[in-house]
Formats: sequence, C-alpha cells, structure tokens
Amino acid sequence: MATPIIQVENLVKSYGDVQAVRGVSFSVDEGEVFGLLGPNGAGKTSTVEILEGLRDLDGGRVSVCGLDPKRDSQALKHEIGAALQSTSLPDKLRVMEALRIFSSFYKRGRNPEELLKRFGLEEKRNTFYRHLSGGQKQRLALAMALVNDPKVLFFDEPTAGLDPQVRREIYDIIEELKREKKTIVMTTHYIEEAERLCDRVAIVDYGKVVALGTPRELKTRSGGTTRIEVRLAKPELDGAMKRLEGVADARELDGVHVLHSNRPPQTIVSLVKHLEAEGNELVSLEIASPSLEDVFIEMTGRRLRD
Amino acid sequence: MRNFATLTRMRVQLTLRNRMFLFFSVIMPFGFFFLYAGIFAHGHPVGVRYLLGPVIALTVMGSFWGLSAALVTFREQGILRRFHVTPVSPSDMLASSIVANFVLTMPTVIVEMLFARFIFHVTSFGNLVSAFLLIALGATAFASLGLVVASVTNTMQETQVINQLIWLPLIFLSGATIPLSQLPLAVRRVGLFLPATYLVTELQDAIYWSAAPWSRDILIAIGSLSVWAILTFFLSAQLFRWEPESKIPSKAKLLVAATAIPFLLLGIWENGSGRTISKSKAMMESLNAPAGPDSHSEQPR
Repeated sequence: MATPIIQVENLVKSYGDVQAVRGVSFSVDEGEVFGLLGPNGAGKTSTVEILEGLRDLDGGRVSVCGLDPKRDSQALKHEIGAALQSTSLPDKLRVMEALRIFSSFYKRGRNPEELLKRFGLEEKRNTFYRHLSGGQKQRLALAMALVNDPKVLFFDEPTAGLDPQVRREIYDIIEELKREKKTIVMTTHYIEEAERLCDRVAIVDYGKVVALGTPRELKTRSGGTTRIEVRLAKPELDGAMKRLEGVADARELDGVHVLHSNRPPQTIVSLVKHLEAEGNELVSLEIASPSLEDVFIEMTGRRLRD
Repeated sequence: MRNFATLTRMRVQLTLRNRMFLFFSVIMPFGFFFLYAGIFAHGHPVGVRYLLGPVIALTVMGSFWGLSAALVTFREQGILRRFHVTPVSPSDMLASSIVANFVLTMPTVIVEMLFARFIFHVTSFGNLVSAFLLIALGATAFASLGLVVASVTNTMQETQVINQLIWLPLIFLSGATIPLSQLPLAVRRVGLFLPATYLVTELQDAIYWSAAPWSRDILIAIGSLSVWAILTFFLSAQLFRWEPESKIPSKAKLLVAATAIPFLLLGIWENGSGRTISKSKAMMESLNAPAGPDSHSEQPR
C-alpha cells in the first residue's frame, strides 16, 4: 500500500488550560473519505484546522501531502481545499465574484463556470452572499473548496444546521466527489452521515480517538447487537435490566434504558413479564438496528447527541 | 502581487457597495467642506483656499474609520479565516486595504477641489505637488493606523470606542477645526505631538502659501509622516490576526509605543522652536492682509 496522504501522530492541542486534543493518531489513504465522528467539543475542528495549517499544534506530528502544515503552509495551501466551520463571506460579495476571486489565488484551477453549474448555483451567480439560503451558502462553500482542484478536501461539519432535504443534497455532492477519488477528511456529529459517506471513521471524544475502523467493522466490534430503548413509568434498576433474557448490556441515559440485545424478541417478552411482576408500565419502546451510536455509547457511556 | 491586485479590486468594490462608506467617505467630508467654505470662510475665495488644507486633512484622516471597521468585521464574521486557508498572505490583505483606501479617498479630495474651484471660485491651489505628496502619505499613514486599531480590538464596539478616542484629538487639537494659534497654550503643546497637526498645517502651507516640496517644513512633515506610516504599517503586519479568538501578541504594547517615536521627537523640537505655531498664526493673519496669500511667497521662510 502507498504511504498515507495524511498522517497524524499523537497530536496534542491546548487552549489555555483546556486540552482540546489529547494524543490523536490516524492516517488517511489517498482517495479515501475519512470521518471524525464525535460530539461538539471533542476536538474534531481543532484537529482538522491543524491539518489545514490554520492552527499551531502543541505536540505530536502531522503531515499532509508529504508537507508540514506549519512549515510548508504556503505550498500546502495550493494542495488543499476546505469548507470551514464558523466562517462567512462579505455580505455584498456576489456568488460568481467569490468563485473568481478565490480561484485567482491558486496556481491550478477549475473553471468557476463549471463549478457554478455543478453546484446548482447558476441562477444565483449575481446574488449577494447575504441573500443566499443556508443550503446555498453551504453549496457555495463546497464549490469554493474545489476552485484549485485540490488533492485533499477538508469538510468541517458540512451539514450542520441544515434541514434534512438540504443535507441530502450535500450528501449527493460528497458522494460524487468520492466517486472522483478525492481524498476527503470530514467531521460530523451525525451518525448517519458518517455511516453513509465515510470509508473509515474515527470516533473522537474528549480529544481522543476511542475507536477507529470502517463503519461495518465498528458495528461488528460492538457485538452486532440490537439496541432497544425503553422508557418506563417508574424508575428501574440497571441490574434488573441486565438480567433480562438476551441482554448483553444495559445502561440508563437521561431516563431512558438503553438495552443491547442479541435476541430482541426474547428480550422484549422477558421485559414485559418483568414489568408486570413489578407493577411498572412501559411508556415507550424503540428498536434500532446496530449503528455507530451503539459504538459510541459502548465506548463512552454517553449518547452522541444530534 | 496578483493576490494583492485581486484583493484591492475586491475591497474597492465592496466598499462602494457599503452604506457606511458613503457616510464616512462622501457625506462627512463634503459636510465639512461646505461647513468650512460656506460658513467659516463666508464663501470668500481666499478664505476657502485657506481652509482647504484643514478640510482635505480631515478627509484624509477619516480613512482610519472605515478601514478599522472593515477589518474588524472581516475578522469577527470569520471572513478572514476563509482567506487564511488560501495562499493569501497577511501583507496581501493589509496592503490591499491601504491601496483600496487610497483609490477611494482621492476622488473625494479631487471633488472637494473642484467644488472650491467652481462653486467658490478659488483660482489657485498653491503647490499641488506638495499637496499631493502630503495627501498620499497622510492617507497611507492614517489607513495603517486604522489597521492597527482593528488589530488591537476584538469587536466592532471596541473599535468604535477607540476610533472616537482617536478622532476627537485629531480634529480638535490639530488645528483642523480651531486654528492652532487660537488654542490655549497647554493644548497647543499637546497638539504638537500629533501627526495630524503637521498634516493640517503643511497642507495649508502647500495650498495656501504654495510651499514647495523641497521647502524645509514640507520636507520635515513628509519625512516624519513617512517614518510614521512605515512604522504603523509594520506594526499592523505584526499584530495581524486571522482568527477572531486568537490573542493579541504581548509584544504589541511595546510596538505601539515605538510608532509614537517620530512625532514624539518632532513634538519636543517643535515645542522648543515654536515654528509650526508661528506659521499657523502668520497664515491666519495674512487672511486679512490686502494682498492675500501669494504676497507671502517672497518672504524669507
């Protein structure tokens, strides 16, 4: 296998007393879509912004396209494209102007007209940035990340705050880039996004990688159990829940009993029997097929909030 | 170089689309112009010519308002961050602000002169070369000052407070509103430490008394404004921050103090010699002389 296009070894980053990244390591191969999945504040953005050369690291080593993002930042910037978080463009800059201006900064480039078409922004070419909808702004951000036809793309929370339909539009765009064999590093706190788009996922929490692998691997690793989420009228001890038939693991998260079961039908029957005996009542019951959420719960004991 | 040109064009375009620009670069300077020419000079050509120096100085000094506001907004809204992931450098960003400001300020100055010529019948603008040099340097220096203000503040509100604090002494202690010789002695002494004072007085000297670019006082003004402009620009590059949350470097305070050196020295010297004050006084007195300003040119300087 060729050397990875991105290498991160034991990365550390602090802001004052707060350690945002505490020894993160991973590598990304060329043509791969790599996801950093984790809750807000897990250190995803810091990690990505160090790779982009926007921030200095406090410890560890990183290389992107064989370059050191700090020392070779000028050379690196020609090779990468990024859609950042908490960024914006001047209110009164027009869509086409933005694409033209940003493409003029690079040695290599794609035709801005073609990008405009591809991202469905033709009708908005002369619209001021501030008059664009959230989805249009995000499409423009992705188009702008491509103006230099980069080797590596960084998408930081590409669908945060967008409604489901717009989110799916963005997924289609990323899937198309994936077919073009672009290397993409993306961060997200949406499970389905990571499962659908990423070849490999690093689950991050409190500045550390808690699990890393393909979505399928990660799910199998968590035992391939089915998640049953139960809300009860009266509180119940976790111990009692763990003794139900087929239950591999039971936890209480914010008043919801989360059970992982190898044999869901048997578990439900035994749950109902147990509740009858205890004089307790079922308020709600949900069954979810195995997902990365289960991996997260298992690794951290917490839920990954949407 | 290409990035710099692209950014300059963008800045000019964005500024022209901005209403705040209209206020600071068009309405305010022309407001000053008509206030000075129409009311203070009663519309007399000689009086208008005398006041053109202060009016143009105010126009040029106003540069720092718009520039500091624009840069702080760019940083606060995360616009600078977007440029940071591109190969654009801080000096591209800063130099383009200064050049764009110059491109936008010159038309206002020229229109003020045209108003003076065609509405108030001012027939001579003294030494235009001296005037142009001072205007160009003044615009650069005060634009750099705006960039420094943007770098030492974090929010638009902070910027506007600092701008007010700078603006008030600039207009009241420099002779731009009240002639230097009319100010109380203590105030005059303070005014002699301000770059604005020399911009106002020497612009007046150039336009009203036709001072040549090689005359001693113009050379001193040009020299000290140049040094100040270079120091201030250098400082703005040192302090430049792409990210809203990044800290102001601690060496900043020392550097800010260093930019005060040229006018501190000039101020001490001027406080001793009193040249600038006596010239300001002589210019004002010559307003009432029957022969007008041009009779002065033969006098020893």
